[in-house]
Amino acid sequence: MSEIKVIDACNTYCPGPLMELITYMKQAEVGDVLELLSTDSGTANDVPEWVNKIGHELISSEQIDEVWHIKVRKAK
Amino acid sequence: MSRKINILCVSGTHEKLQMAAMFASVAVATGEEVTVFFSMNALTYFIKGHNKNAPAEGEFGKLLSQKGVPPFKQLFHQAVALGDAKLLPCSMALDLLEITADDLDSEFGPATGLTHFMSLSEGGELLTF
Repeated sequence: MSEIKVIDACNTYCPGPLMELITYMKQAEVGDVLELLSTDSGTANDVPEWVNKIGHELISSEQIDEVWHIKVRKAK
Repeated sequence: MSRKINILCVSGTHEKLQMAAMFASVAVATGEEVTVFFSMNALTYFIKGHNKNAPAEGEFGKLLSQKGVPPFKQLFHQAVALGDAKLLPCSMALDLLEITADDLDSEFGPATGLTHFMSLSEGGELLTF
C-alpha cells in the first residue's frame, strides 16, 4: 500500500485548503490517498462536496482537537 | 456537463476582488468553464510589478488582510493553472492606462472588447464584482 500524502493546510481559509488538495491531487496517481489537514470549518463540508462532484472517494472525515482530517482516494 | 461561469470584475476593493477570485477558483475546481473579464479599477492590480494592496471597502476587508486568507491574485492564478480559466483584460481599460496586455501578469489573455466578452459569455451565468 502506498504511503498516505499529508497536506497541511491549517491556518488558511476558504478556498485555500481545497485548492491545496486539488494541487496535490493533480500530481497524484489513481489509487493514491491524500489526507488534508485543515482548521477551516467550511472545509469539512466543501471538500466532501467537491470529492463527490468530481468522482473521487471520500475515505474519512473527522475532527481531532481543532483540526479536520479528511482522507480522499484519487479515483480517476 | 460543465457550466459557463463569466465573471466581470470592475471594483478595486479587496472584498470584491477576493470574492471574485474565490468564485473563479472554486468554479474551475468543480469543472466549470470560467472566464474573468477585468476592467476599471480591478485591472490595475495585475500590471506587472504592481505590489499595492487593494483597499478595504469595510471592516471585512481589514480582516482579509490580517488573517491567513489566500491572496486574490494567487487564487486567480490557481484558477488558470488548475482549470484553464481565462483572464481577459478590457481593451478600453488598457487604452486608458496606456498599456498593452503584455504589461499584465503572464496568466492574462489578449486585450478583449466588451462585444467579444458578451459573445463569450452568451448562454452562461454572469457575475459582477
